[in-house]
Amino acid sequence: MAETLHKRKAKAINIYRKACKACGICIAFCPSKSLGTDELGYPVVANLDTCTACNLCVDRCPDLAIEIIKETDNKPEKKGDEDGKK
Amino acid sequence: MNRMYEDYYRMDRMPTIWCPGCGNGIVLNGFIEAFKNSGLDRKNTVIVSGIGCSSRSALYLDFDTIHTTHGRAISFATGIKQSRPELNVVVLTGDGDCSAIGGNHLIHAARRNIDLTVVCYNNSTYGMTNGQYSPTTPTGSITATSMYGFMESPFDLCKLVEAAGATYVARTTTFHAKMIPMMIKNALLKKGFSFVDCIAQCPTYFGRKNKMSTPADMMKWIRDSSVNKKTAETMSESELAGKFVIGEFVNKEKPELTAEYTKLVERLKLKEKEGAAYAKV
Ligand SMILES: Cc1ncc(C[n+]2csc(CCOP(=O)(O)OP(=O)(O)O)c2C)c(N)n1
Ligand code: SF4
Ligand code: SF4
Ligand code: SF4
Ligand SMILES: [Mg+2]
Repeated sequence: MAETLHKRKAKAINIYRKACKACGICIAFCPSKSLGTDELGYPVVANLDTCTACNLCVDRCPDLAIEIIKETDNKPEKKGDEDGKK
Repeated sequence: MNRMYEDYYRMDRMPTIWCPGCGNGIVLNGFIEAFKNSGLDRKNTVIVSGIGCSSRSALYLDFDTIHTTHGRAISFATGIKQSRPELNVVVLTGDGDCSAIGGNHLIHAARRNIDLTVVCYNNSTYGMTNGQYSPTTPTGSITATSMYGFMESPFDLCKLVEAAGATYVARTTTFHAKMIPMMIKNALLKKGFSFVDCIAQCPTYFGRKNKMSTPADMMKWIRDSSVNKKTAETMSESELAGKFVIGEFVNKEKPELTAEYTKLVERLKLKEKEGAAYAKV
């Protein structure tokens, strides 16, 4: 993991691929460019260290397919069913 | 799906039929967040919608919902509220549904000041029927029914309902997604006619025809076309052409129809009782 000067804000960025429609909104507007895209156009975590946990990607995702787990959150890092089967 | 609002969705209906990047999902999630924060009781709430892509919202919500006919969501909602004033009645509607075929219902509900919360998913087109122009289509836009550019002027729905008498009026956009829950919460808690205009993207029809091929392109256009209320006050009418002014425009108190009606019924009941008492003597 790359060394960073600031403290990491997000413990995890979860992308639930079954819910995701690969619209690209979260990637286009992430202020810290923490999200990238795979060959199918789905978002992937490009850099967890730069994520500021601003939650903008969550607020703008039409399909509730992305989730930020903050360092301060005490919920589990990912929901039981791996890729969000629902 | 992330775990934020699972409780509020009919999970057996997921995923939605909405196209990738459609703004409807952003507005609907904003509504759920607003509802959660409002402290209102789901058991005491009815969601009413009309017909259109946006109006399918009612199908996805795990609430008491009623999916009505095109343009008549506000009429059904009026009936529900008049007969059961204790219910919170919310209308989730599209720009076509509430300002074209249902335009008169919108105006008169605002004029009557009946306690409804109307959320308009304003994508400036008839998404469901393949992208004809609607009363809110910006001048010059290419649509299925304006191949050479829309010649008319769009409705400013906020000004319309404000003039008609609404007690809460606000506008935001899917780009400004964090504002959606704040405004809808205020609208839900207002005792009176409330209207929140949410500028949303229809990338499939409006976007593709107007050289915005991706949902992100459409949201950039929405961002670049948005002006906040304060800045708009310093701009001329021509500078404001084609802009979406965002902010809260009205937030006031006024006697509400069903409350006044209930008072009238009580008064008449009392009078009848007094009348009966006189008759006995
Ligand atoms: C009485 C009637 N007239 C016309 C239609 C066809 N129709 C279905 S949806 C729609 C327009 C929907 O536009 P809007 O409310 O903006 O919803 P959107 O799909 O854009 O979210 C029309 C004209 C209909 N279903 N019923
Ligand atoms: S905004 Fe949501 S649906 Fe769109 S690509 Fe990102 S996670 Fe997927
Ligand atoms: S929370 Fe903010 S910084 Fe982190 S991925 Fe989402 S938009 Fe980017
Ligand atoms: S046609 Fe337009 S409004 Fe309808 S779901 Fe697709 S993007 Fe959304
Ligand atoms: Mg529409």
